[in-house]
Amino acid sequence: MATAVQTVERENYLNSNYGIKSWLLTTDHKRIAVLYLISITAMFWLGGFFAMMIRLELLTPAGDLVSSDTYNKLFTMHGIIMVFFFLIPSVPAVIGNFLVPLMVGAKDLAFPRVNLLSWYLYMAGAITALVAMVTGGVDTGWTFYTPFSTTYSNTHVIGAAIGIFIAGFSSILTGLNFIVTIHRMRAPGMTWRRLPLFCWSNYAAAIIMVLGTPVIAITLLLVALERAFHIGVFNPQLGGDPLLFQHLFWFYSHPAVYIMILPGMGVISEIVACFSRKRVFGYEFVALASIAIAVLGFLVWAHHMFVAGISVYAALVFSLLSYLVAIPSAVKVFNWTATMYKGSISYNTPMLYAFGFIGLFTVGGLTGIFLSSLGLDVHVHDTYFVIAHFHYVMVGGMVMAYMAGLHFWWPKMTGKMYPEAWAKLSALLVFVGFNTTFFPLFILGYMGSPRRYHAYPPEFQVLNVLSTAGASILAVGYVLPMIYFVWSLRYGKDAGPNPWNATGLEWMTSSPPPTHNFDETPVVTWEAYDYEHQPQEEITVGH
Amino acid sequence: MATSDMGDIQVAERALQHHFADMEQQRDTASFGMWMFLLTEIMFFGGLFCAYLVYRASYYHAFVEGSQKMNITLGATNTAVLICSSLTMALGVRAAQMGKPKLMVILLLVTILFGFGFLGIKAVEYHEHWVNHEFPGPSFHFETGDPAHPATDPQHTEIYFSLYWAMTGLHALHMVIGIGLVAWLVIAGLMGAYTPHYYNPVENVGLYWHFVDLVWIYLFPMLYLISKKHGG
Amino acid sequence: MAEHKEETGPVGHIAPAKLYVAIWAILTALTLTTVLVSLVDIGPLNVVAALVIATIKGTLVVLFFMHLRYSPKLTMATVVAAMFWLFLLLSLTMTDYLTRAWPTNLGH
Repeated sequence: MATAVQTVERENYLNSNYGIKSWLLTTDHKRIAVLYLISITAMFWLGGFFAMMIRLELLTPAGDLVSSDTYNKLFTMHGIIMVFFFLIPSVPAVIGNFLVPLMVGAKDLAFPRVNLLSWYLYMAGAITALVAMVTGGVDTGWTFYTPFSTTYSNTHVIGAAIGIFIAGFSSILTGLNFIVTIHRMRAPGMTWRRLPLFCWSNYAAAIIMVLGTPVIAITLLLVALERAFHIGVFNPQLGGDPLLFQHLFWFYSHPAVYIMILPGMGVISEIVACFSRKRVFGYEFVALASIAIAVLGFLVWAHHMFVAGISVYAALVFSLLSYLVAIPSAVKVFNWTATMYKGSISYNTPMLYAFGFIGLFTVGGLTGIFLSSLGLDVHVHDTYFVIAHFHYVMVGGMVMAYMAGLHFWWPKMTGKMYPEAWAKLSALLVFVGFNTTFFPLFILGYMGSPRRYHAYPPEFQVLNVLSTAGASILAVGYVLPMIYFVWSLRYGKDAGPNPWNATGLEWMTSSPPPTHNFDETPVVTWEAYDYEHQPQEEITVGH
Repeated sequence: MATSDMGDIQVAERALQHHFADMEQQRDTASFGMWMFLLTEIMFFGGLFCAYLVYRASYYHAFVEGSQKMNITLGATNTAVLICSSLTMALGVRAAQMGKPKLMVILLLVTILFGFGFLGIKAVEYHEHWVNHEFPGPSFHFETGDPAHPATDPQHTEIYFSLYWAMTGLHALHMVIGIGLVAWLVIAGLMGAYTPHYYNPVENVGLYWHFVDLVWIYLFPMLYLISKKHGG
Repeated sequence: MAEHKEETGPVGHIAPAKLYVAIWAILTALTLTTVLVSLVDIGPLNVVAALVIATIKGTLVVLFFMHLRYSPKLTMATVVAAMFWLFLLLSLTMTDYLTRAWPTNLGH
């Protein structure tokens, strides 16, 4: 597979058309993925800025950097941006949009114009939420609990709620597009059992997007109506039940975390197989585990409400179900490990991030089991223990998977290789920075330090300072890829169609792919992850 | 007839989008897409149904009293109007399948008329509720109208009305959108866009229209028929 | 104007107009029925009757007006999924509300 030096650049999706109109009116799923990449990266940095402000405030026990009202706005906006405008769209809208049609052997998603509409809805939602933030902010927490959000808060709740409402429809349409595409647009011979696990994961996440998001949409609409017209659906003073809000909110927001993690798990499956040179162990189990997570994820939401006032019998039911949902995730971790056993492991950057994911997601997932236990939850609910738990799964898990996927498919998307040494350094900084930031929070939470407080008792300072120091290392780890990815666009080595010698239809077309993806519709006659029959060349790129 | 068949096939070929292998794939995909969208709509309304269920179970008498302010005659008439509109919509789709564009247009126009009829009756009902202070918020004031039986729990009857306005309002919004979509079909139909080989949009708008009818089929008994006593 | 037999057009199955009219008639009759049943006090069965009748009407609309009867199995799966997930939302939420009043001082 020698890569000949090409004197004439092939026509591909990037150079087929120039001009801003060709990008803003594109229906090519690959260009839309790039549009999402840019907007999501911007939102990530904005969310990160709020995180930095939070960690700066928490350097000292006194609430001296910002007022408590401002602090409330900081953690609210950090949460809203990171959850709704970064984590939920990131892997599906960027990597999924780019790859799902390629992986199934199609020319595009089922509904290309709807795909573009999704991006515009995302932008409209983001801008609406940003306007709310810039003109005064929101201070309710990303969870918008009533009646504070409906009645007592004096901030731009309606603006933020509308922004999320609009972005929700972006998510719904993306999920709809993925489900229809995977059902109806697979190339000849691409049976369900030959689908890459990345497709199975995005399919499962899409099911959640489509079934859960409408519920939070109507709930936020009710919050806005209640705020505007002073009706009392969630306000106890007017006969409403604030717990009903929480039920409806968490019915979506818990499965939402599986929207975030499932596509990331799909990325890990692809990378572990490639860099172990082995078929994923127990392919069917991993595929079905994705579906199981999607279904079971809908049955556990009230574990966020154990101490809110729900009936203890309901709490028992939800506690039991919450234990169950860990099982399919564990199945995946075991299967990835078994895939690596007796595999031929290479330590390229995507694989390093995958290692990080498997370890950190496991820690985060296990601490989730702690939280599912009613007795334990009474003590650690609303403490830093919870914050540490979800940052382990979301940042240690999901963001690492996103970085892994960006690195793995960067050559496919751009035709260029990133610089491997700098990438490895960044991965190390991310790992060290992440653990330094968030491990202390487990201890703080267990010791009783509550969340969403801008001041704390002096005995907690050492751990807080350690956490802030870690955050600055983590930030460097995230800044470096921004720089070298952009650098690689101009100066990176040419990648060729399959620099990793990976299986999968996306590697059988050029890098970057042509607008129509494949010169001829592929006909699939081989099983997924057919690494036994891949040529035995080593990965020579990037070492 | 061979020539009109050829014309029909050409219309279908022009409508084929580039990323589909053939019109059959496009049709199956478009139809599946609309059903998926309707699935999201069920969950969207579902949140309101959940709120309704919770409050009705907890405050039944307050809901009974609120329901007695509903006009069952108007509500039942509206239900019948929507069922008629579903008939004309289904027959309109059938006319497209049979290659009878003029008949299709007529049936769709009648469907739109029924749609406006529904909205008109709804407007009359809304006006009634509004002048009787049955809109939630600071102006809300509830009386049963029967001096022998004062309002049991006006606070929770206000919640009944909040849900009434939210659910029927959301439904009416979907009706308006539906009328717009059917109007678009009429215009495209008059320009010869649909043939027996290609009528996907007609079929899929039909699905949406029937779904809106379906939601009302549940809203009517849930909001209007809670208890046997009624005010009219 | 209206065809009397079932047909197969170039795209697929075409139902006869008579079928649609028959469904319309049944739906209208059921509407009348549900109003009449609501006038009689049969206690908790009122709710059951209303929901059963509404579900029969809904099933007819979905099967015939929306052509589910002539659609691929995948469409049926979508409809079943919708009903199931709505059921999950309603039933699991009600596990809280229905059990809030249950005693919690067991075994003391």
